[in-house]
Amino acid sequence: MKPIDMNNVQKSLDHFTDKQVYVHLETTNGAYASHLDKKAYNVGAYIRNAQVSFNQAKIVKDGNIHRVGLKLEIGWIYAEGLTDWEITEDNKLLLAGHDREGRLMVALEISEAPFDY
Amino acid sequence: MEKHVVIIYPHPDDESFGAAGTITQFRKQGVPVTYLCGTLGEMGRNMGTPPFANRETLPEIRKEELINACKVLDVDLQMLGYRDKTMEYEDRDEVAAHLKGILEKIEPSLVITHYPDYAVHPDHNALGAAAIEAVRLMNDQKRPVVWTQAISNNYQEELGKPDIMNDISNHFDKKMEAIRAHDSQATGVLRQFEPKEQTIDEDIKRRFSTEEFFIWEFED
Repeated sequence: MKPIDMNNVQKSLDHFTDKQVYVHLETTNGAYASHLDKKAYNVGAYIRNAQVSFNQAKIVKDGNIHRVGLKLEIGWIYAEGLTDWEITEDNKLLLAGHDREGRLMVALEISEAPFDY
Repeated sequence: MEKHVVIIYPHPDDESFGAAGTITQFRKQGVPVTYLCGTLGEMGRNMGTPPFANRETLPEIRKEELINACKVLDVDLQMLGYRDKTMEYEDRDEVAAHLKGILEKIEPSLVITHYPDYAVHPDHNALGAAAIEAVRLMNDQKRPVVWTQAISNNYQEELGKPDIMNDISNHFDKKMEAIRAHDSQATGVLRQFEPKEQTIDEDIKRRFSTEEFFIWEFED
C-alpha cells in the first residue's frame, strides 16, 4: 500500500457513487491488547461484504491521518485513522490505517464485486 | 514412544511460537506429526515490517508462510478452512465432529491444543475446546492423550504448575527458524518482548525455551 493520495482516493470514491457496492469495514486493537497491557480493553468491529449504495463520499485530511465518510440513502458509514491506500488489479479500493509499527488499526474497502470470503 | 502426534491450533504461527521445540523433539525420534491449522490468519494485524501485506493479500501470504514453516518443522499439514477471529461463533459440535473425523483417520497417540479459557485469543479457546470435545467423543479405547497449552497471564495462579515443562533450548534455533518463516507476523510479535533490537535477546530466549502443557483429564 502507499500513503494516501487525496485526489486519487476521491476520484475512486466518486467512481463508486450511486452503484451497488460491497464494503469491508473493520477496526481492532488486536486480540492480545489486554493480555499485554492490563489497563487496555480489547475492542474491534468487523463487517465484510455489506452490500450498500452511497450517493456521496468524501475523504478529509486531519494531520497525518484521513477520514472517509459515505452517505447512504438512510444512513452513514465512516472510518477514521486511514493512512494508506491501494487500488487492486480488479478495481477494489483498499484504505487502511497503520500504526507506527505497521500494524493494521482500521480498514475500509469498497468494491463492485464481493470480497473473497 | 508416541505413534503419531497431532497439533491443533487456529493460526499459522501458533505451532511455531507454541510447540516448535516439542514438535522437533518428536520428529527427531521419528514420530510423525500432523498440524491441523484452523484458519489462515486472515485477520492478522501485523502486516510485515515494513508492511508488505494488506487485508486482501494476507491470507495467501500467510498460507505460503505456513507451508514453509511446516517444511522447516517437517510436519504434515492439513488446513481446516475456518476464518480467523470467527471460530468462537462456529457451532462447537460441528467443529468437534469435523476434528473427530480427521483424528479417527490419523489415530494419533497424542493431541496438542490450547487450554480453553486460558489461551487469550478467542480462536485459541474455541478450537481448544472443540478439539477436547472431539477427543471426548472418540471411542475411549482409541482416545489419544491430550496436552493443552495455557498462555493467559493468570494460568499458573489458577491452574497450578503445568504437568509438562519441556526445555527445548537444544532446539531453540529450529524454533526461531520456524517462527521466522512466518515473516508477516514474526517481527511484530517478537518486538513486543524486545522493542529496540532486531537480534534475539535473552528475554526472547528465556520465554521461548520452555514449552509447557497440561495433561487434560477426561472425567468420563
